Amino acid sequence: MTAIKGGEFLIRQTKPEEIFIPEEWSEEEKMIAQTCREFIAQEVFPMVDKIDSMEDPSIMPTLLKKAGELGILSISIPTEYGGMGMDFKTSMLAAEAVGGGHSFSVAISAHSGIGTLPILYYGSEEQKQKYIPKLASGEWLGCYCLTEPSAGSDANSGKTKAVLEGDQWNLNGQKMWITNGGFADVFTVFAKIDNDETLSSFIVDKGSDGLTLNPEEKKMGIKGSSTRQVFFNDVKIPKNNQLSDRENGFKIALNILNVGRIKLAAATLGASKDVVTLSVNYANERQQFGRPISKYGAIRYKLGEMAMRTYALESAVYRISQNIQDRIEGLASEGMEKGKATLKGIEEYAAECAMMKVYGSEVLDYVTDEGVQIHGGMGYSAETIVEKAYRDSRINRIFEGTNEINRMLTVDMILKKAMKGELDLMAAAKSIQDELLSIPDFGDSDGGLFEEEYKLIEGFKKAVLMVAGSAAQKLMMELSKEQEILMNIADMAIDAYVAESIALRVHKRINTMGESGQEVYKAMAELFVHDAAERVHHNAKDALMSFGEGDELRMMLMGAKRFTKTGTKNVKVLRRTIAQKLIDDNAYKI
Amino acid sequence: MNILVCISKAPDTTSKITFKDGDTKFNEDGVQFIVNPYDEWYALVRALELKEANGGKVTIISVGTADYEPIMRKALAIGADEAFRVDSEASDAYQVAAEIANYISSNSFDLVLTGKETINYNGSQVGGMIAAIIDSPYASHATKLEVNGSTAMVERDKQGGVEVLELTLPAVISAAKGMAEQRIPNMRGIMAARSKPLTVVPASVTETLTETIKFSLPPAKGDVKLVDPENMTELINLLHNEAKAI
Repeated sequence: MTAIKGGEFLIRQTKPEEIFIPEEWSEEEKMIAQTCREFIAQEVFPMVDKIDSMEDPSIMPTLLKKAGELGILSISIPTEYGGMGMDFKTSMLAAEAVGGGHSFSVAISAHSGIGTLPILYYGSEEQKQKYIPKLASGEWLGCYCLTEPSAGSDANSGKTKAVLEGDQWNLNGQKMWITNGGFADVFTVFAKIDNDETLSSFIVDKGSDGLTLNPEEKKMGIKGSSTRQVFFNDVKIPKNNQLSDRENGFKIALNILNVGRIKLAAATLGASKDVVTLSVNYANERQQFGRPISKYGAIRYKLGEMAMRTYALESAVYRISQNIQDRIEGLASEGMEKGKATLKGIEEYAAECAMMKVYGSEVLDYVTDEGVQIHGGMGYSAETIVEKAYRDSRINRIFEGTNEINRMLTVDMILKKAMKGELDLMAAAKSIQDELLSIPDFGDSDGGLFEEEYKLIEGFKKAVLMVAGSAAQKLMMELSKEQEILMNIADMAIDAYVAESIALRVHKRINTMGESGQEVYKAMAELFVHDAAERVHHNAKDALMSFGEGDELRMMLMGAKRFTKTGTKNVKVLRRTIAQKLIDDNAYKI
Repeated sequence: MNILVCISKAPDTTSKITFKDGDTKFNEDGVQFIVNPYDEWYALVRALELKEANGGKVTIISVGTADYEPIMRKALAIGADEAFRVDSEASDAYQVAAEIANYISSNSFDLVLTGKETINYNGSQVGGMIAAIIDSPYASHATKLEVNGSTAMVERDKQGGVEVLELTLPAVISAAKGMAEQRIPNMRGIMAARSKPLTVVPASVTETLTETIKFSLPPAKGDVKLVDPENMTELINLLHNEAKAI
């Protein structure tokens, strides 16, 4: 069987046995995650308020160096540069395991992601030898200077300039929101050479003359994460500190962001699990009207929903991680250099990475919001961790490309693949058109596991293809300006992908472990798909009614209804079933 | 210096405890197992510190079925050099001690370390039994351990003070909190654990000295009764007649 391509999930049915599920982690992988979690619990958590107070700015770099001593910073660095050379999926698991460390999580992921990877993937051999071993060990810490006051989502509009003067580059400009800026030793800087249209990139060492920093930004959350403005006033760096080719910087920035997005999804997963545990601990302990509040349906609803979304996120994140890893290994076995293979592998699934970034950050926002609500007044007190989690969560919808940018990218990348002929979306869209004109298929029941859910998931995909196909046909190039419609399509695609991932995961679980004791897992899959149907229908209607007309519109609205038609489900019982497991375990142990 | 550390597995402290087979067996379904903290944090880490200071080798031994191997790999990841698993279901303290003693008698160790107890059954018996079988000195609940040539200096807490003991090696010592500090296994250690030897030794002991008749959970916490602070008579009445505490 050929490997699934990026975006192909929309037109291809996947079987449970084809996906990786987190139940399959090896003992060694679990141990790696455990080391990361123990580090967070023992070294980071006792300091979490001190870190956020910023009273002692040396705490964060000290902790990063300690993480470096344990090898946590070098998990995905190749062995020839002093790293552990572990595979992509393991690096995702580690990103999840440090994800619940509040400000520290941002610092560590910025260092080992955007702070290290541009040099690892695009540096010359000399640059890699010089920087990577020290970044991998934590001896040096890294940051990434892309954003400028007037260049955020439109990153390529940056004004920072680089001019070659003899054998030195002279850099001038201003960067902002630079994570780890306060203590970084190595700055990867994006700037335009002369009057270029597109960015180039450079490596600037700390202590370079003319490199200055503004004071720490005061932020809503992740208050202990160093965030600085960085100024370049006639900063002179050696000519060979140019990173990669002229005008290749924007591509580097985008490719590194692809990696950052999927890693961010893993981090939000780790943080979500922690907040679910915090919340059920509190709900079990807090008594009102003579009973723990976890005995009340209103609280159980929240717990069930929080756990279900977290589990759905996990199912999707590791499903795509395996696809990415397979692609990387495939390219490497064909002789492609490992770094390049990694970027290419991730780029293939850039749409899925963007979807996971959006979904992960929104799951965490939901989980922290309801977490605060379960804590009641205590949740509003700055004494509680859940209050911090709530504030810290918010940035995830903004950085690594806002969720709006990522939604647009999702649709854009899938449509581009279709136009390039890599994905035959047109044939699929055409067959849906034909289906709309035919008599509805009432189908024979085969009574198999998740029969209704799989039918709905197919329906979600049809809805995406119908809306995207007709919007593209009708609006042509104007579609890219109709952002509301793009948001609808992206949301439908996310629901389709996540719904399929959770159903396949639970199916595979049951296939390997047997049916007994799987009620909670089945409940999560059924609940997700059932609720997703409403959302997909709603998004499809919104989109269709904003460009469709007449009979065609009526036909497509009928189609949207048909594709998302659910049977009856007692969702109250499903949520209670899920919540009961959390309550019994007094933790997220799903 | 040749050190043997006895490693036991224990349920994670947040596990939900249930029983099976007519309440005679602990139900391991869905339970996450960890290295017994006293074995890992104190006995193993102190053994590694002694090896780092004096050279030598740290071997670990467990008595258990194949499902022990993940926790043994963790001990190897933390730094032990070699592992032996006696392939037998651990039934009681004597059987475990006798298996380990058998292994020791055909090998040679300067020091045998155990945790002061395993956090599942909390028997605190295996170390003492090993010492008795192999006829060597034994100190339990050691909070500090130094080795000087062929002598071990041990400290242990006594009510209101500290007791200092001296033992001639080879000796068996059980480790309590304070002897060392937990080490988080690093990535290199985890990767190295993959290729460290873990040898399975056939069981040689069938005899047990105890039999489990029944397990039961502690009684569930009852409801809280609030008594008006002015109403001492009712408080006394409740303490006397209901709680039977006075």
